[in-house]
Amino acid sequence: MSAVATEPTHSHYESNEADNFLINSKGFLSWALTLDHKRIGLMYLVGVMSAFFLAGCLALVLRTELMQPTGWFLTTQQYNQVFTLHGAIMVFLFIIPSVPAALGNFLVPVMLGAKDVAFPRLNLGSFYLWVAGAIFFLTAMLYTGLDTGWTFYTPYSTQTRGPVVAATMGVFILGFSSIFTGLNFIVTINTMRPPGMSWFKMPLFLWATYATSIIQVLATPVLGITVLLLAAERVFHIGIFDPQYNGDPVVFQHFFWFYSHPAVYIMILPGMGIISELMSVHCHKSIFGYRFIAYSSIAIALFGFLVWGHHMFTSGMAEVTTIVFSALTFTVSIPSAIKVFNWLATMYKGTVQLNTPMCYALSFIFLFTIGGLTGLWLGALSTDRHLHDTYFVVAHFHYVMVGGTLVGFLGGVFHWWPKMTGKMFNDFWGIVSCWFVFVGFNLTFLPQFVMGSRGMPRRYARYVEEFQDLHQMSTVGAYLLGLGLFVALGVLLQSLRSGKKAPPNPWGAATLEWQCASPPPYYNFQSPPTVNEPYDYTPLVYRDAERGWEYVQPTTPAPKTAHA
Amino acid sequence: MSEHKAHAGQHHGFAHPASVKSLLAVFFSLIFLTWLTVFQSTLDLGNAELIVSLFIATIKASLVILFFMHMLHDKPLNAIVFLSSFIFVALFLGFTLMDAHGYKDSYEFQNVDSAPVVAQTTE
Amino acid sequence: MTSHAHDSHDAGHGHGDHGHSPFLAHHFDDPEQQFDSGKLGIWLFLVTEVLFFSGMFCAYALYRSLHPEVFTFASQYLNETLGAFNTGVLLFSSLSMAWGVRCAQLRQRTGLVICLAITLGCAAMFLGVKAIEYTHKWDLGLLPAGEYVAQYLQEPHHAGISPWLYYLSAVPALCVVGFAAWYVMAVVKGEKRTAEVAGPMLVTALCYFLGVFVGIAFQNAEAAALAAEHGIEAHATDVHGSDSHSSDDHGHEGSADHEHDAASHEGTKLVSRIDAPVVPGEPTLAAVDQKGGAGIFFSIYYCMTGVHAVHILGGMAVLAWLLVRATKDHFNEEYFGPVDYVGLYWHLVDLIWIYLFPLLYLIK
Repeated sequence: MSAVATEPTHSHYESNEADNFLINSKGFLSWALTLDHKRIGLMYLVGVMSAFFLAGCLALVLRTELMQPTGWFLTTQQYNQVFTLHGAIMVFLFIIPSVPAALGNFLVPVMLGAKDVAFPRLNLGSFYLWVAGAIFFLTAMLYTGLDTGWTFYTPYSTQTRGPVVAATMGVFILGFSSIFTGLNFIVTINTMRPPGMSWFKMPLFLWATYATSIIQVLATPVLGITVLLLAAERVFHIGIFDPQYNGDPVVFQHFFWFYSHPAVYIMILPGMGIISELMSVHCHKSIFGYRFIAYSSIAIALFGFLVWGHHMFTSGMAEVTTIVFSALTFTVSIPSAIKVFNWLATMYKGTVQLNTPMCYALSFIFLFTIGGLTGLWLGALSTDRHLHDTYFVVAHFHYVMVGGTLVGFLGGVFHWWPKMTGKMFNDFWGIVSCWFVFVGFNLTFLPQFVMGSRGMPRRYARYVEEFQDLHQMSTVGAYLLGLGLFVALGVLLQSLRSGKKAPPNPWGAATLEWQCASPPPYYNFQSPPTVNEPYDYTPLVYRDAERGWEYVQPTTPAPKTAHA
Repeated sequence: MSEHKAHAGQHHGFAHPASVKSLLAVFFSLIFLTWLTVFQSTLDLGNAELIVSLFIATIKASLVILFFMHMLHDKPLNAIVFLSSFIFVALFLGFTLMDAHGYKDSYEFQNVDSAPVVAQTTE
Repeated sequence: MTSHAHDSHDAGHGHGDHGHSPFLAHHFDDPEQQFDSGKLGIWLFLVTEVLFFSGMFCAYALYRSLHPEVFTFASQYLNETLGAFNTGVLLFSSLSMAWGVRCAQLRQRTGLVICLAITLGCAAMFLGVKAIEYTHKWDLGLLPAGEYVAQYLQEPHHAGISPWLYYLSAVPALCVVGFAAWYVMAVVKGEKRTAEVAGPMLVTALCYFLGVFVGIAFQNAEAAALAAEHGIEAHATDVHGSDSHSSDDHGHEGSADHEHDAASHEGTKLVSRIDAPVVPGEPTLAAVDQKGGAGIFFSIYYCMTGVHAVHILGGMAVLAWLLVRATKDHFNEEYFGPVDYVGLYWHLVDLIWIYLFPLLYLIK
């Protein structure tokens, strides 16, 4: 900490360059041992992006292999290993930490007007737990190749020769990283809100993060004990999940999905939070139905615990349980739909600015709606019998996880990029990347709905010839999607090199993070910032000189400008 | 109670030292309840045994939570946070048990072959 | 809702005037906000612990409700005297922990050091007893499902020391030597504060062995009682032999042979507790005394008590850290958070044992 003990001495709004958190201390250790939530957030960002790159390349390998019905260059065993790697890395190393750990770490304290999260050392600790888990997980899987799928279902996972124990220990460690992040955010939001910021004056991203953190704290420990028991099953044959000793594999699925279904909401809720921010800011209009969006985040978090059984309809569950879970599954669609309707209502008569973040936000709404609606097919017992374990499921969850979380994450990265780095990106190429992602994504996964409903099973390395056209379409789409992501990465990297300097508030947003400099100084705010309505845009004035907006205290009569 | 005295004194408001008397009283009640639960296990209570022993354990747990863990004087939020965890445990156990009892007739509890080993060999 | 209290409180004094607490982190406004944050944090951590253990309670409830006969049968192999003793030890450690929090809040430095030392000692004693229970079961082949080899076992308890105990006790033995040396050095050099840490740590390590001896004594008494009950010519003398507390008398092989002798003496008679009359319609002994029966009970037993024991070890580590800080007089009425948080964790570990004891040991 000694390296970064500079005290800023001026107002929070116009802080000088040297206090900028990116450069206020230098050297490898000043990053590796930093307790600054912003630096930790950036390190997470680099980490999850690398994991995403790796898993994305594996996805392209899979799609390329599926160009031909009889396979191309992988054995079926290798295919199993590659899809396991793709799924496991995406889920555990990318999607779960993406928004909460990377963007959340950066934004939560700044949005609260606080100096840091409640437990900065724990925060750094959870980053290193993530790193340790990632190393454990990757070396284990690359060394011999895990082939269980990311779900580790018994009895196969107790018999396969893959490195199940090492991989589960990696998951265990990653789980703790996730728990500590969630715990930190709950405490931060509870105890460190500034004077005047009541619960209902919090930005909706914080509500979404809070709901996510509740799930992380409540569900992840069950994953911990599940993988621990699975490891014990393999080492000591404890016979709880292994039918060889009267154990019950369906119980493993109950344990696993008690975490992993709520985990789906860990993945999507923060994305929804981002969209709530983006919609309001880039339509320059107060969010419609603030309280409903806030409550629906909490409702999703809680309902999420009631529906895990819908992953197991064909696993041999009792009939009555399947009916109960199917009925409960439909209730989750209510709060999700509330959010979508409110976002659309926010756009109504708003001043919609079609810049990069907004384009991603619009993609999110479109793709997430498809993903959500196809979920109803899978939640209904009768149709699920037909669609279970087909490409329909694959397409459904990719629409939610990629079309929802990834696109929301990208929108959030673009939206807060000026705040994080102090640089503006090229908006034109940003929009181009969004189009590539949108078209490529739909081309990849729409055909999979068709294939799935026609009976193409998931996780198969070989398939019958009638599906070849659709598979090839899907592969072409995947490459287009990959290209779009590269363009997005290029836009961001280019902005670092030659982007214009970002003003404190380039979008005209009213939440607190836009009241400090871009990038923020080490302590974020020298004096506690003025807490205002997070979605009231009337006090904001556009300044041509700095090409950004300024928040003018409502007490002084603000000159109305026509800019929007 | 001593808490109030402490509050009025030089203490900083948020320290509520428990009185020695209450700590000892709780400890001895816990020991008594332990004895009671051991004692009830010698009686033949049939199916009620599980309920009785869990009931006693829950009383003990409540004593520990309320007094040793100071929940009595803690912020209500902390109590809500902690106690709500049991709702989720109940949910988890409830659904899983309900389901397992629903499909239990579809498979058999089988004899698992063991090599006829002498009792004392462990390696 | 929580923040409002200190929001108004905070308005009164600005940033400068709370420099008096050296442990106030820069991002908190005042010690109370810091304390409240930590407290909420530790309660949330306890929530994760409860859910972590819930997985094993779920497995327990599931197999017990589906196969109650297995649990009734297998539970007799657990020594409830030792279980009850350990419950008492943990309850006492909870008392001393709660008292320690009080001492910290009242700035009673010596009292806090003593309380922490007692808590640590009780934890070590608990582990000592647990070591006896575990090694004893390993000897008898009462192992998790896949390794369960205890079929046709005549008696639930045997006298004697398992060779496994020597392995388990190696680390505590090294601790005794190390802490003793540290303590002596500190006393010789006249470093009072170091001695205040080394002393309790030495006592803690010794308490492990106290637990071991208590465990052996109870175990032998149980075995002797059983033997007497069944008219088998008691190995009371043998029992005493292996009971002699200096482990130097017995090599590993010696005591292992001892066990084998004891087993071979007993012939084929089943102990009456096991040899229950066969009730028509009820599962037979062979159906429960097997890997997929009693074996699963022991799987669950080892998982639950093992994870609990790991929590005790973790608790001991943080207690030792508190002990060091307590000797430095870090805690007072404004800054006692760490003691309080560790206390909450310690009570939760106690709480879980409060349930484990009747659920595992007291099934009839």
